[in-house]
Amino acid sequence: MPKITLIQHSGESYTVEAADGATVMEVAIDNDIDGIIGECGGCCSCATCHCYIDPAFLDKIPPRGDLETEMLEFASSEAKGNSRLACQVEITEELEGMVVILPETQL
Amino acid sequence: MQRIVVIGAGHASGQLLDSLRRGGSDAHITLVGEESWLPYQRPPLSKRFLSGELTVERLAFRPKSFYEKHDIHTRLSCRAVSIDRDAQTVRLANGEALDYDLLALTTGGRVRKLSVPGAGLTGVHYLRGIDDALGLQADWQGRDNVCVIGGGFVGLEVAASARRLGKNVTVIEMMDRLMGRAVSPAMSGYFLGLHTHNGAHVMCSTGVSELVGIDGRVSGVRLSDGREIPADVVVVGIGVLPNQELAREAGLACDNGIMVDELARTSDPKIVSAGDCTNHPNSLLGRRLRLESVHNALEQAKSAAASLMGGQLPYAQVPWFWSDQYNSKLQMVGLSQGFDFAVQRGNPDEDKFSLFYYRGNVLIAIDSVNCPGDHMAGKKLIAAGISPSPGQAADPEFPLKSLL
Repeated sequence: MPKITLIQHSGESYTVEAADGATVMEVAIDNDIDGIIGECGGCCSCATCHCYIDPAFLDKIPPRGDLETEMLEFASSEAKGNSRLACQVEITEELEGMVVILPETQL
Repeated sequence: MQRIVVIGAGHASGQLLDSLRRGGSDAHITLVGEESWLPYQRPPLSKRFLSGELTVERLAFRPKSFYEKHDIHTRLSCRAVSIDRDAQTVRLANGEALDYDLLALTTGGRVRKLSVPGAGLTGVHYLRGIDDALGLQADWQGRDNVCVIGGGFVGLEVAASARRLGKNVTVIEMMDRLMGRAVSPAMSGYFLGLHTHNGAHVMCSTGVSELVGIDGRVSGVRLSDGREIPADVVVVGIGVLPNQELAREAGLACDNGIMVDELARTSDPKIVSAGDCTNHPNSLLGRRLRLESVHNALEQAKSAAASLMGGQLPYAQVPWFWSDQYNSKLQMVGLSQGFDFAVQRGNPDEDKFSLFYYRGNVLIAIDSVNCPGDHMAGKKLIAAGISPSPGQAADPEFPLKSLL
């Protein structure tokens, strides 16, 4: 199981084991890490699991879909080039060591 | 130590527990759930879970470790049968009594049952909980003809999942259009086309008079005009009723739901309630209503948790809902009932469009298909009371964001 690090807006950092096939959103919920909400349960409907992905890993994950890109435009914290919805990023072995920054707010 | 008992284990319950502990409550908390499951996500049951893309573990609202870490006592497979408000106790089905200082009712809803002859045959399913979904999944293995009674969200999502698995699907709806309670005729028309295009047979303005069977198992659906549709499996989705009996029998005010105020307080100051089971006021809409929605359950639960901790977090939210059918993502914000006119943005033929609903000059709701940007903008516009002109709404090139 790869380890990834989630860093909250406050700077608090959590390095956790992430199950293959889980999404980054699920990893945050499973580890009780504040900063990811996932109101819709992970079906790209609510934009409350916005996160910023370590740019070094962006090419190791499939690119954003059209719906995800549109949702991100209206996320509560500013969307950047490395913004993703955490429910759309699936964990693979290749993501060992990935750092995910959580935004100031999701609502 | 203060004792809080939470009855019901759905979305509202899960959120309430989370909000209590994150809000710093150190109360002794007991969760009472009738099902054997900790709070879980219901929406996937008719969609990705039913079609086999999600495991049961992935449905959990919070992992089991959450309840252990936050010292939440769980009493599952355990039904609360009565509340004694004078003694401040909850009686469980096994005869045990739980004392409370504060009580939360997150009892949700239950499915409305079909009341025609044959409704009790084997092979007739409803879908509300995990056990229902597991039962349906097991039962339709190797059975091809699925008949869905009710063309609302659950029925249509089940129909889409069944089509995805290659089954022959008939949808029978009593009203003259699909999802008639929730969306406008134009949107109903789009979804009729979508289901038909994907091979489901949809019959609107059609009643059911009887379910017919062979050796105790359903074999067909008799329509009110006498015709019979062959069916190996029947799924009924004809609405949800609020679980208010526990509250009503305890003398709490109920009227199509447990009556609460904007702070999720019932008529008893020691009891709050949140989610599908409540009849609540919404100052943004200017009226009371009962909603069956995840968003309502979560947000009202936050208000309820605040009230339990002695704070005040008034509930005033623009309702929003979603439904995934085939490759069409329907997102709805606001309530469109009673609109004067609708403006279309985008193109239904490309499965990408929104309908903007106006009352007078005021935007009251948006239904979007594969246009999450319109939906997200709509959430903010409606909450802020900003209405794009109909001309702006109709022009996909006009940036709604510029109004915010």
